[in-house]
Amino acid sequence: MISIRDLHKYFGSLHVLKGINLDVEKGEVLSVIGASGSGKSTLLYCINGLEPIQGGSVTVDGTDVHAKGTDINKLRTKLGMVFQQWNSFPHLTAQQNVELALKIVKKLPRDQAREIAFRQLRHVGLGDKLDVYPSALSGGQQQRLAIARALAMEPTYMLFDEATSALDPELVGEVLDTMRLLAEEGMTMICVTHEMGFARDVSDRVAYFHKGVMEEIGPPSQIFGNALSEHTRKFLANVR
Amino acid sequence: MFDYNFHWRPVMKSLPDLLEAALLTLQVAVLAMILGILIGLCLALIRLHMTGPARWFATSWVELARNTPALFQLFFFGFGLGAFGLHLSPYLIVLTGLTFNCAGYLAENFRGGFQAVPDTQVRAARSLGMTPWQTYTRVIIPQVFRIVYHPITNQMVWAVLMSSLGMLVGFRELSGETQFFASRTFRIFEYFAVTAVIYYAIVKVILLSSRLLATRLFRY
Ligand SMILES: Nc1ncnc2c1ncn2[C@@H]1O[C@H](COP(=O)(O)OP(=O)(O)OP(=O)(O)O)[C@@H](O)[C@H]1O
Ligand SMILES: [Mg+2]
Repeated sequence: MISIRDLHKYFGSLHVLKGINLDVEKGEVLSVIGASGSGKSTLLYCINGLEPIQGGSVTVDGTDVHAKGTDINKLRTKLGMVFQQWNSFPHLTAQQNVELALKIVKKLPRDQAREIAFRQLRHVGLGDKLDVYPSALSGGQQQRLAIARALAMEPTYMLFDEATSALDPELVGEVLDTMRLLAEEGMTMICVTHEMGFARDVSDRVAYFHKGVMEEIGPPSQIFGNALSEHTRKFLANVR
Repeated sequence: MFDYNFHWRPVMKSLPDLLEAALLTLQVAVLAMILGILIGLCLALIRLHMTGPARWFATSWVELARNTPALFQLFFFGFGLGAFGLHLSPYLIVLTGLTFNCAGYLAENFRGGFQAVPDTQVRAARSLGMTPWQTYTRVIIPQVFRIVYHPITNQMVWAVLMSSLGMLVGFRELSGETQFFASRTFRIFEYFAVTAVIYYAIVKVILLSSRLLATRLFRY
């Protein structure tokens, strides 16, 4: 379980997250929506410790992410992350992209890493692209590669930061399908997204962020049907 | 009409000596490059990530190396340090001078290379559980290396050519050796013509092998 308690995050004097409280249970799919600059990406970075926090706490399966003694690199193998920019490693083939962390972080032997890489790439529909460099992949394929790379570490949780918003419209579908597949397989996911269709159909709960505050959280039927917050309704009226 | 008669025989006779001196040229250039790459990398990282005296030191190094004549840099390690009672051998003068110069230029190339690799690559690597060291050595440096590969090749060529300044501090690398024979035999033109050809050949070999290596190293 991911537990966030009274989380505060500042960039200098900019108060970006203002006391977030949130629990995400195993198996849950949570979508996070909200206007640009409301702190959605920052929330994910605080969860896997890519950004330090200034108040409150984040615990993952009972381990405090931001505590001094925490082995953050080990903890991060539990928390797969996919970013908006498809940042596959350009100097490595698809297979090497997936293998790298298996070898140097998980210290798996070569053939085991290769086998996992192959399985994960096939899983996201890239089984025929093993020896291809990212520059020869489309944006959608690169994003699926990034998903495979994260999945290969066998994370308990997956964090998606607008995984589709840098893609050409015709490539969005294939990545969303991959995410849907993961959700059906029972992966615990936090998805920052602008895809309201995905948020409505796939998630168990939807959280609406507004200026660093989690304004409202509830099942899709609530958020999209009869939101309690005026801000939520306004936001949704505008994105549609 | 020419009143100059070409005499190639003395040059041909000392060709083995010239080639040996050419090896010395190559050796000092390669050593200076290896040291220059290591130091340049450090200087670049210092300038990117540190503040205070260390950064000031690195910046001064780069500024001096890039904005003063290479010959003066060589003279500094020769006569400049000599004035303080520190006398380096001609070989060391050239090696330190070249290293100083190469490190300065390469530091700027490396800095540009690091800045060209997007920050998101670091985030992606760290999110997979890689340590900062692993992130640098397995993800960032390989990409930087490709960006600075051609600048490094150019610097290597430059190091070979610049080592000819060694003859002005009494180092008998290729140019020094040529000068030595030329002044003894007065076949100045012949000697320097042949030496020019040797330099040309060395540079061509460097460029060609660099290109061959690049096709093997960079498949992407
Ligand atoms: N590294 C940083 N340094 C300073 N300010 C930052 C940094 N990262 C984000 N911010 C600021 O923090 C606020 C929240 O940013 P964040 O990226 O979390 O928003 P977001 O909800 O993900 O927006 P978007 O939908 O545009 O991705 C913004 O005002 C942003 O400018
Ligand atoms: Mg964002």
